[in-house]
Amino acid sequence: MMIDLGSDRLGPSGDLFYAELLQAHEGLSPEDSARLNVRLVLLLANQIGDLDALRAALAKAKERFER
Amino acid sequence: MARYQYQHFGYVPPPELSSRPAPSRYPVVIVGAGPIGLAMAIDLAVRGIGSVVLDDNDVVSVGSRAICWAKRTLEIFDRLGVGERIVAKGVTWKIGRVFHGDREIYKFDLLPEDGHKMPAFVNLQQYYVEQFLVERAREFPDLIDLRFKNRVSGVKHLKDLVTVSIETPDGPYQLTADYLLACDGAKSFVRTELGLEFAGKLFEERFLIADIELKADFPSERRFWFEPTFHAGQSALLHKQPDNIYRIDLQLGWNADPEVERQPESVRPRIERVLGRSDFELDWVSVYTFQCRRLERFVHDRVIFVGDSAHVISPFGARGGNGGIQDVDNLGWKLVAVLKGHAPEALLSSYDDERIRGADENIANSSRATNFMTPKSGMEKILRDEVLDLAGEMAFARKLVNSGRLSVPCSLGGLPLQTPSADAVLEPGSPCKDAPLRKDGEDVWLLNQLGEGFALLSFGSGPRIEVTDIAHVHVARPGEGELQDVTGHAFERYGDGMTYLIRPDQHVAAAFRIPDAAAICAARDRALARP
Ligand SMILES: Cc1cc2nc3c(=O)[nH]c(=O)nc-3n(C[C@H](O)[C@H](O)[C@H](O)COP(=O)(O)OP(=O)(O)OC[C@H]3O[C@@H](n4cnc5c(N)ncnc54)[C@H](O)[C@@H]3O)c2cc1C
Repeated sequence: MMIDLGSDRLGPSGDLFYAELLQAHEGLSPEDSARLNVRLVLLLANQIGDLDALRAALAKAKERFER
Repeated sequence: MARYQYQHFGYVPPPELSSRPAPSRYPVVIVGAGPIGLAMAIDLAVRGIGSVVLDDNDVVSVGSRAICWAKRTLEIFDRLGVGERIVAKGVTWKIGRVFHGDREIYKFDLLPEDGHKMPAFVNLQQYYVEQFLVERAREFPDLIDLRFKNRVSGVKHLKDLVTVSIETPDGPYQLTADYLLACDGAKSFVRTELGLEFAGKLFEERFLIADIELKADFPSERRFWFEPTFHAGQSALLHKQPDNIYRIDLQLGWNADPEVERQPESVRPRIERVLGRSDFELDWVSVYTFQCRRLERFVHDRVIFVGDSAHVISPFGARGGNGGIQDVDNLGWKLVAVLKGHAPEALLSSYDDERIRGADENIANSSRATNFMTPKSGMEKILRDEVLDLAGEMAFARKLVNSGRLSVPCSLGGLPLQTPSADAVLEPGSPCKDAPLRKDGEDVWLLNQLGEGFALLSFGSGPRIEVTDIAHVHVARPGEGELQDVTGHAFERYGDGMTYLIRPDQHVAAAFRIPDAAAICAARDRALARP
């Protein structure tokens, strides 16, 4: 099955999530911000729990650096 | 093309300073003849209540501030008798395009369905809106007393009356009023006089706002750029207005010097880069820093704050003036019900509940948009850049791109005046939806059928009921009644067989599948805060 990464599943919560993510980073040093992001990735990966989906997301995220 | 001709409305000595008779006490005094004060006076006048409007100036807003008027505002303007004129003069639009660099990343449609009298948005310079409102106000010479060059210089408020001190070219005088409505704008004198805190935040960013005159045929759309090549690293916004005027907003950064940036020598080259041409004239230029702030409460005994005096909102999303017009819509009928003795004074505290909810929604939305546009740290910038980069391809990322969430009315659902209903198709607290109808062979609109008071609005074949004192508007199937839903839009939006109790500000107060007179009266009493 094709993994659908693009469809919007946040709906009206998208803006709220974005605002809360900014808030979580507020006041952190760049290194701590990086750590926060990694912790988030790990937690969300576990939440997804599906290696195929995670591989698809990894590949999509990496495209940026392969252009 | 002639530029806008500013007319001076002129000063007339008030009765208190001339030989004309003056009442010892006025029911309502309004401070400020901006869009909000003027709309307020007209709303009260169409409901039969007079007011004195005091303004320190005698000319409409100089330079254009607000340009985007949202659908709900246009519906309210229509109720006040200026909506059609504003639509006819303005530029109607509903499509927004968002670019990253020079690439279009997405396009949005603010009103994808038809069957509404008013469009999603009309762009019209604030000076025109104020002019039309002044002209409309002058159609109520017995009710609206417009007093230009009357500057409020003192306010004393007691539990049940307010005394206002006023300066005029002929010297000072005083007025006493039952209610004082402070519509005196973002720097409200009345707010300062009462010593009220105006809490919120300032965005550390400067924006160049320019209205330019240009003969061009740009489409009637809102265009927003993140990091365009013509204005490196910043954002830009383009709007079309009538009279060959275009509005351009350019983000300048916090370190920009406003004095330098507003000089034509600085502005012109920037605009030339946006347009790729130089055959334009500068009509008006300002450099702004934006803020979001609000009063903790809008009602202070007999002094009530309306519009920018109560809340200022950064303009991305066009929620400032539009939010203020919704304040007017919300307050007008309540104040009239209290003044006429139809409701207890407690009804006015629902203006606080309902419009603070609206102001908070507007502040949250415009703050998020302004934050998205002006990332404050390296991390915020990275997050923004990656959202923009993903947005070309991924729908979810497009939805996170925030160039302004454009003004929509808030729902008043769940607040005390509304009666909850399990059957509602249109939820209590929602503004009524418009729909095309047919009456005696003529095309009419649903919202125009609602009068100044409460209304019972029923659809199709359900049980019909009459309640004394409440006007009844019945929408029938094609071929069946006086008012017919020939397109099906009304039945779809409200539900066949449903009956709604509609507030005088065209919001649903209660909904009934099986209406009965006692329940309707109870809902009406609840909406009037009757004990
Ligand atoms: C650049 C910019 C763009 C904007 N764009 C939009 C938009 O697209 N859509 C939108 O909805 N909103 C927009 N806004 C916001 C909009 O302009 C304001 O919300 C609106 O003007 C508020 O109206 P008001 O009547 O409350 O206040 P004002 O328009 O400020 O009017 C206040 C009036 O009170 C008078 N006054 C003040 N003090 C006294 C006194 N002591 N005595 C007597 N009179 C007094 C003033 O002379 C003035 O006439 C924008 C604002 C800016 C700055």
